[in-house]
Amino acid sequence: MLSQVWAWAFLGSLVVFFVIAIQIVSDGTVNFLTIRNSQNILVAITPILLLGLGQTFVIIGAGIDLSVGWVMSLASVLSALAIRAAFNAGLPLPAAVVAGLAAAVAGGALVGLFNGVIIAKLKVPAFIVTLGTSFIVRGIALLLSQNTTVIGLPRGVRSYGNDALIYLIRGEGGGIYFFERPEVTGALLRRMDRILPYPVLMTALVVAIAIFVLRKTQFGRHTYAIGGSQEAALRTGIRVDRHIILLYVMSASTAGIAGFLSTLRFTAGSAVIGDPLLLSSIAAVIIGGVSLYGGAGTVIGTVIGALIIAVLVTGLVMLNVQAFWQFIVVGTVVILAVLIDQSRDLIVGRAKRR
Amino acid sequence: MVKRFGGLVAVDEVSLDVYPGEVVALLGDNGAGKSTLIKCISGVHHADKGEIYFEGRRIRFSRPIDARREGIETIYQDLALANNLDVGANIFLGREVKKRYLGGLIQVLDDAHMRRESEKALNLLEIHFPNLTQPIESLSGGQRQAVAIARAVYWDAKLLIMDEPTNSLGVPEQRKVLELIRKLRDQGVPIILISHTLPDVFAVADRLVVLHRGRKVTEKQAADTDTHEIVQYMVGALDDTRVQ
Ligand SMILES: Nc1ncnc2c1ncn2[C@@H]1O[C@H](COP(=O)(O)OP(=O)(O)O)[C@@H](O)[C@H]1O
Ligand SMILES: [Mg+2]
Repeated sequence: MLSQVWAWAFLGSLVVFFVIAIQIVSDGTVNFLTIRNSQNILVAITPILLLGLGQTFVIIGAGIDLSVGWVMSLASVLSALAIRAAFNAGLPLPAAVVAGLAAAVAGGALVGLFNGVIIAKLKVPAFIVTLGTSFIVRGIALLLSQNTTVIGLPRGVRSYGNDALIYLIRGEGGGIYFFERPEVTGALLRRMDRILPYPVLMTALVVAIAIFVLRKTQFGRHTYAIGGSQEAALRTGIRVDRHIILLYVMSASTAGIAGFLSTLRFTAGSAVIGDPLLLSSIAAVIIGGVSLYGGAGTVIGTVIGALIIAVLVTGLVMLNVQAFWQFIVVGTVVILAVLIDQSRDLIVGRAKRR
Repeated sequence: MVKRFGGLVAVDEVSLDVYPGEVVALLGDNGAGKSTLIKCISGVHHADKGEIYFEGRRIRFSRPIDARREGIETIYQDLALANNLDVGANIFLGREVKKRYLGGLIQVLDDAHMRRESEKALNLLEIHFPNLTQPIESLSGGQRQAVAIARAVYWDAKLLIMDEPTNSLGVPEQRKVLELIRKLRDQGVPIILISHTLPDVFAVADRLVVLHRGRKVTEKQAADTDTHEIVQYMVGALDDTRVQ
């Protein structure tokens, strides 16, 4: 738990740092802590978090899933194709969107099943299997999309991916609106904040389920046990193979949801949307304190990790730091996080984790 | 029972009977095949040849859970604990107690119940833990061994297998475990005990079986033999199967 206190403290100090630094650099004209900024950060972490959630389970179970980036891409393409086909076949828009979600999750789950069976039954290391799968999935996603963006989705899709629960217009002529986007233009539109966009809400729901499953259910308990000692788990009668397969199915399914949400957000399917997010998602998991050796970590940790990355990136952009510095800073934080974790083990004098 | 690892015959046509209310000690030098033999019984290994009859029925285990379901509980030499989990989670590992909601649709771990029950099981061994909610990696070797023993004892075994259960315990705890073995035996639970500490073995065992390089070299009633003779069997100086 100590590590989580650290992570919160680090996130807090980052925010304080950016609030002050941005005030100074902008001569007091720009504020980091605005509703708009906070919502932008939430929207930015949605895909990283969804990729990171499944990964959290997989890594706690002492595995790794390198395929989630391309699975997200495949899911984006699949959901766009499904929504378009369903809508063109005459289905109402909500039904077409549900078909898109189903296609994304089913496509992801299938890839996860493939990963899991080869890892659990044929005992091939997860790193190799999921690396190979990510190439295969990449090929399939590019083939299906014919190496271009899948467009031609019904226009209404856009509101599913971008509308919010609450709209807030401050100042003269403003107000607060729920569920319905107010028809405003000009200055009012510029002053309008979108609070809790639907993709953020859906991600929050998935996060809540993940926290519950990992902390409160037998599935979560067994995930820790397998990561702590696969042999012990086996001998006490846990169905380790089946469990490992399920972990990869879960991981790929949440990546599928990420792909679906990106399709809604851009009203288009893209085969190149997911890959750049893979490493960020693993970084979030590691910054959040999940042990790469397996057996330790929490979902909340991953949420904090994703927030740290998003705050860093947003803050640096607002400080007008050249974009390339983001990578250097995020990379440094990843290594520092692991170093802090290890030195804590040394200080506490814990037995070496295997 | 026969079990090979590649060219190595770890268990070479060994037969073993255990009856209710009796402690059978399995003895032998390091590498004699003791652990391998009991892992064939507990479903960890698949014997290459041989049959297991339990309460008169032929049984086959494809996984350790099959053996546990039959009531065969095993304390392994390497303990087989998940060091990242707490005491209660370990004692109930694979058999977690859950609270059911919405007609079983949602099942939530009942950690409070599991912790209480674990405390009871540990009290049986009269070993007290400062904190039951810590991951057990923070416990001493002896305390972890106690957790492994408590886990096996908690489930009302119909056969209890103990592979060197006292080797990292202090003397008072060792005595407690021996007492527990006697108590369980008196309740009618058959026990297979592997131990290197011959005084302990003679203190609780009714019958002794000695393995040497995978073969059973003798089987004797405890009353009919002594430490000196058993050691000679263990090092291979005596062998009942050899034609004198
Ligand atoms: N999983 C395994 N793979 C290969 N060889 C093994 C394995 N387990 C045990 N052995 C070998 O089988 C023999 C018997 O080992 P073991 O049953 O552990 O002996 P004991 O418990 O009597 O000390 C040893 O030579 C050991 O090296
Ligand atoms: Mg042994």
